[in-house]
Parts: sequence; structure tokens; C-alpha cells
Amino acid sequence: MTLSRTVRIGSSHGLHARPAKLFAQAARDAGIPVTVAKGDGTPVNAASILGVIALGVDQGDEVTLTADGEGAAGVLDTLAELLTTDHDAE
Amino acid sequence: MADPLPAPADTPSAADVDSERARAGDALAAVARELESRGARAGGAAQEVLEAQAMMAEDPSLADEVESRLAAGKTAERAVYEAFASFRDTLAEMGGYLGERAADLDDVAGRIIARLQGVAAPGVPEPGHPFVLVARDLAPADTALLDLDQVLALVTSDGGPTSHTAILAREKGIVAVVGAAGAVDLADGQTVIVDAAAGAVTVDPSADDLADAAERARAHAAAASAPPTAGALSDGTPVPLLANLGKPGDAEAARALGAEGVGLFRTEFLFLSSDEAPTVAAQRAEYERLLAGFAGTKVVVRLLDAGADKPLPFLNDSEEENPALGVRGLRALRSHENILRDQLTALAEADAATRERGEGADLWVMAPMVATVEETRYITALAREHGIRTAGVMIEIPAAALLADRLLAHTDFASIGTNDLTQYTMAADRVLGAVAGYQDPWHPAVLRLVAEVGAAGRAHGKPVGICGEAAADPLLALVLVGLGATTLSMAPAALADVRALLLTHSLDDATRVAEAALAADDATAARAAATAAASSSPTPA
Repeated sequence: MTLSRTVRIGSSHGLHARPAKLFAQAARDAGIPVTVAKGDGTPVNAASILGVIALGVDQGDEVTLTADGEGAAGVLDTLAELLTTDHDAE
Repeated sequence: MADPLPAPADTPSAADVDSERARAGDALAAVARELESRGARAGGAAQEVLEAQAMMAEDPSLADEVESRLAAGKTAERAVYEAFASFRDTLAEMGGYLGERAADLDDVAGRIIARLQGVAAPGVPEPGHPFVLVARDLAPADTALLDLDQVLALVTSDGGPTSHTAILAREKGIVAVVGAAGAVDLADGQTVIVDAAAGAVTVDPSADDLADAAERARAHAAAASAPPTAGALSDGTPVPLLANLGKPGDAEAARALGAEGVGLFRTEFLFLSSDEAPTVAAQRAEYERLLAGFAGTKVVVRLLDAGADKPLPFLNDSEEENPALGVRGLRALRSHENILRDQLTALAEADAATRERGEGADLWVMAPMVATVEETRYITALAREHGIRTAGVMIEIPAAALLADRLLAHTDFASIGTNDLTQYTMAADRVLGAVAGYQDPWHPAVLRLVAEVGAAGRAHGKPVGICGEAAADPLLALVLVGLGATTLSMAPAALADVRALLLTHSLDDATRVAEAALAADDATAARAAATAAASSSPTPA
């Protein structure tokens, strides 16, 4: 089952370094293929920290997550929460 | 320290694809494990950086890039080199913060290629005796694990204030001069003196230089461990030393380091990561904690400083081409006056409540990013209407500095935010690495504006504080006092060094040192002139 969700980035420094690492780790641990795209750009592998950083996502940008496989809805819930949290404010 | 390895030659592999694939896979995994284990040993911020680097080594997109090159018959070394280079170029093109991450990527690539070639990874040498480490730049993996008993100081030729090297060196308290252009010419075994306060490296020092440096190091250690005293010059002129704080809970630590009050309390923490402005009651509770933590001392609270670069949905949601020049600071508050009034109400109520309980502080309130006399009158009147007893403005815009005499006629005090004042004076975005070279508060243009504000403060008999990072640089702090600053506020960790330096100079010294800096042509010359003037006739402590 393929599911998609669009969310707005919460980290005040965007999806760089630490937030990108946390996100890519979670995507890797999800066990199913997940992609992330900035706006209507080309989707990249969400488990790739290099791909995620290279999107150049800033706070307030919209990204679209797509997951394919069993438990896709739960995976998207977890990843969406990571993206909307401001990790730099912790 | 050894320079990075040269690029592996692009010659076809003599081995078959499968064995090259196995070599590459082993090296990527081994380097990832090594970075993880270094991270675990280092802990803290360094661990985060190293774990991110480990993930880069095993990145699936990178693996795809490596695989396609191996399939084309390249060696494992060359495939890894080219795959990393493709990502490196993408990051470098993005510039700024991301551009600086390109160096992290180079470090990972260098470690993998060194392992494939069977040579030692580029990194920190171990000569077996204490030494000054000189490098182009330090990888996070190296900085994190520096043996502080062996590494006396760190000098790099590359890297700016936002490089990981600078950040980690600050965190570990390493004596460091970052971005010293001449560092590449130093040879192994040369004797140097590294003076982080002056940002200077003395090569082949004389016996007198060495004795002097040893004495200064002893004095520094003594000052750092001495019980904190009130900030003052050697002639007894008081210069209250205050803390920059972002949370009420930081009060105790700041007081322990000798903060005589708070010169800048940032209220953003109450507002960030929320979808709507906090209530008066919620704000008031936090302000009461803050004021009680500094009962009996001065506490300067900055009104919410947010806008286009720190978007808050309830304050400013519009896209701006030039956020630093847009609707932020007081401008954003004024367009949502209900939020501003709520904050002033909460502050006044917290002030009254803590006084009633006998734990009140001397509350001052100031507005960020004020540009005009009209704004000064507006915010001062509004603060007084809400019962704030002392209201002032921040000087961060050259227009406000140039007309400080006019502004101070209408308000109680001024506080100079040197980071933003430098940004606006030099037309250089504070967060953009590519223009970091302009971002130097030693620039005489910035100092001249500070002098305007200082003169205006003297003329009106009103206080002029400094609450930017400039106050944390001991010699620059002396210059700022010489230009008319009456209080200095800084990160608490900087208090001891500033306190110690002020105690060795009189107000006359400060004025003379400031004049020397003002007369210079650029930031480097200003610092050099101030260094010379300060050492020519320091008064005994």
C-alpha cells in the first residue's frame, strides 16, 4: 500500500545536520521504502542522510513523504512528527 | 597535521568487480563503525556530528553512486572518491551552512580512501609530548577526541566562526585561533605562542616573549579560579558585568560565574515552537522565576525579537526577500500590538508580584531593532503605560546609532546589540558563511557607531550597555568601555576573562586603547592597534 503525506518543516534551522540525521535514521529503521520530496521536486530516498541534506529544506518548507509497504501509515505518522518538531529548540 | 590524501588515479581496476565491491563495502562499514565508536567516546555535541558522519559513510544513495562506478570497472578508491565528490559538489553549490558540511564529507571520504590504500588516516599526530596542533581545518572526529593534556592549542588556516572546529573548540575550552591564513607556512617543530584573546600566533618567539606568555597563562589561570568580584577598572570605575540568558533556569549558573545581573534576557523561548502566543499568565510565571533568580540585581528583558528569519505563525507568516531588512523585532510586534501589550502586562505583573514577596529585581525592558525616534517614543510610552519603570531601546541599526542623542532624549537607556549592528553596518548577513569575513565587530565603522551611542549616553547621563558577542572578547570589551559603554553583558562563560582584563586597565587606558582602534583602517588593524596600546602601559592589577 502506497501512502503520501505533506507536512511543513518545524526545525528552526531546517532539515540540516541533526534533524536530517534523526529523520534519515528513523526512515532507515522503518524497514519499508520511504521517499521525501521538497515541494514538487524529485523524491529522494528518505534513509539517505546525504539525499535529505541536499534537498536544502528550510523551516516552513513543505515536503511530501511517501511510504510503500506494510505499516506505511504508522511510519508516516512517526516521520511526520519528526519533521514538524523543532529539534533546535529542545 | 598531514594534508588530505591526493585524489586516487582514475585507472581501470586490475581486480575483478566483485573483489573491488567487497573491498569498498568493508572500508565503508569499517569507517562507519570507527566514527560511531569515536562518537560514543566523545559524547555531547561531538557524538551527534560523528554519528551523522557515520551515516554518510553507509548512505544508500552514496552506495548507489559507488556501485555504478565499480560496475564501470573503476577501482574501489576511485569509485569512493568520485561518489563523495558528486555529493560534495552539490553541498558546496548550496553555500552557507550546507557548504561548510562539504568539509565533513571530505573527512569521511579521506578516511575510507586511506583505509583502502592501507595508509594512516589523515588526522592528529601523536608526537608523545604536549604540542600545538596546526592544520588546514580539523574534522569533527579529530576535534572531538583531542587529548587536552597533549594538545596545548589549536591553529587552523581555514574555517570560519560557524565551522564545527570553532564550535567544538569553544565547547571544550581549547585555546584556538581559527582561520589564521599563515598557518600553512608553519613547520613541524617550530615554537609558537598562540594567543586566542588576540587572535594571534607568534612564530619563533624570543625568550622574553615566552616568559611573558607563561606569565599571562599563569595570570589567566589565577583569574579564572579566583572568586568573582564586581566588574571594575583598575582605577575603581565600576563596569557591571551581566549575563546574556535565554531561560530562567540558567540564573543560578550565571550567578555562580559572577554575573551581577542580566543584561539581555531573550524571551523567544516562550514563543518558539508554539502555534499561538503564550497567555499573559504563562508568560508571567516564567518572568517571576527569572526575576526571583536575580532578586536585588538588574534584569534587562528584551521584548520578543522574532520576524521573518524566525517565523512565528501568529506574528509573521509572509515570505520576504530580505528577512534581515524586513518586518521583525519591534516592527513585527507593532503590527500585532495585542501580543506586545500582553508581554508588557506579563512583565509588569511579574515585577509587582516578586516585589510584593520581597524577591523583586530591578526590571528593565527594551525593544529590539529600533530604527527611529518615533519608534523610541512609541515603545517607551507604551511600556510606561503598562507600568514598566525602566524602558529602553536596542541599538542594532546604524540609523539608531547615528541619532542616539535624539533617541536617548525619549527613553531611559540604550543597549547595543553588536552582532546585528555589525551585520547592518557591513551589509553582511550574520548567518551567511560566504560573508563571515565582514562580520567583525572590531571594524572601525562599527566602533565609530558605538562611540556615537557612548557620547549620547554621557550627554544625557543615561546608561549604555553592550549585549552582543563583542563584550565577550576581553580586549574589545575594554575598547567598548573606552567608547562609553557603562555595562557589558555576555555569555556567562566569558565573564572571568573580561573581569580579569578590565582590572588591569584604568578608564584613561580604556579611552586611549579605544582611540587607537578607532583610528585604524580595518578590523585587523584595529585589533592590532588596540593590542599595542593596551600593552604599552597597563596599570598593575
